Amino acid sequence: MNLEVNNLWVINVFGREIWITETIFNTWIIMAVLIILAVIIRVKLRSFKTVPQGFQNLAEAAVEIFDNFAKNTVGDHLSYIAPWFFMVFVFLLTSCLFSVFGLRAPTADWATTFAFSLGTFIIMIFMGLKHRKGNYLKSFFEPNVILFPINLIGEVAKPISLSFRLFGNMLSGTILLTLYYSLTPLFVQIGIPAVLHAIFDVAFGALQTYIFVIISFMYIRGAAE
Amino acid sequence: MQDPLAFVIAIAHIAAALALLNGVTTTFGQAKICSQAIESMARQPEAADSIRSTMFVGLAMAETSGIYGLLIAIVMLFANPLVNTMISHLG
Repeated sequence: MNLEVNNLWVINVFGREIWITETIFNTWIIMAVLIILAVIIRVKLRSFKTVPQGFQNLAEAAVEIFDNFAKNTVGDHLSYIAPWFFMVFVFLLTSCLFSVFGLRAPTADWATTFAFSLGTFIIMIFMGLKHRKGNYLKSFFEPNVILFPINLIGEVAKPISLSFRLFGNMLSGTILLTLYYSLTPLFVQIGIPAVLHAIFDVAFGALQTYIFVIISFMYIRGAAE
Repeated sequence: MQDPLAFVIAIAHIAAALALLNGVTTTFGQAKICSQAIESMARQPEAADSIRSTMFVGLAMAETSGIYGLLIAIVMLFANPLVNTMISHLG
C-alpha cells in the first residue's frame, strides 16, 4: 500500500535540496504531451480552410464550445479570460485522466491544485481592481468596517476551498483504488478495476474539473461585477 | 495509563472516525439539492439545462464539507502533529 507522493530524485541547486517528486515528473509528462499537441495544432493552423474538416473540426469545436461556455457563465465583457481557463481545463482534465494508466495523478497532490487555485485568486483580485477599481476595495468594508476581518477570511478561504475540493476528490479515488489493489487477490484485479477507474478517475475527474472552472468563473464574476 | 503514545494514537483514530461522520449531513444536503432540482426539472423541462448546471455547482459546494472531513481524517491518521510531539516529548 502506497498512498504517499514518492520522491524520485534529489538534486542540489546552490546548496539547496530540491526534491523531484512523482507529481513533478508526471506533470512534466503531461506538459510534454500538451506542448507537442499545441505545436501540432500550430503547424496545422497554416493549412486550415474556411470549411473545417477532420482534425480542424475537432480543434475548432473544442475552442468554440469552451468560448460559449465562458460567455454564458462569466458574461460577454469578461470572457477574454477564457484562454487561461481553457488551459486550466485541459491540464486538469489530462491530469485527472492520468491515473487511468496506473500512475499517480498530479491532481492527487495538494501542491498542483493549490497552484491553480492561486492563479484563480490572483486573476480574481486583478479583475476586481481593473473593473471596479475603488469599489472592489470598498466591498471589503461592507456593510460595516467592523466586518473587515470576516470579509478578509472569506476571501482567503476561496482558493483554499477551491483547491481542497479537487484534491480531496482525486485523493479519495486514489485511496479507494489503492485499497482495492492491495486488499484483493490477483484474479479479481483484471477487468473489475476498469469500472472503478471509470467512476473515480474519469467521471469524478471530469466533473470536478468542470466544477473547478465554473466556480473560478463565478468568483471572478462576483469580484468584477 | 501504561503507554501515553498508544493512547494518543487510539484517540486519533476515534477522532478520524468522528470526522468522517459529517458524511451523513453532507449526503442529506446533497439529497435535498438533487430532489429539488428533479422537481423543478419536471415542472419546467425547457429549463432543464440551466437547472442541471446549477445543480452540479450546488452539489460541489455541499460536497466541500465532506471533503474537509476526509482531509481531517487523513491528517489524523497519517500526518498527526500530536504523535510527533508525543514522540519528541517522550524522548
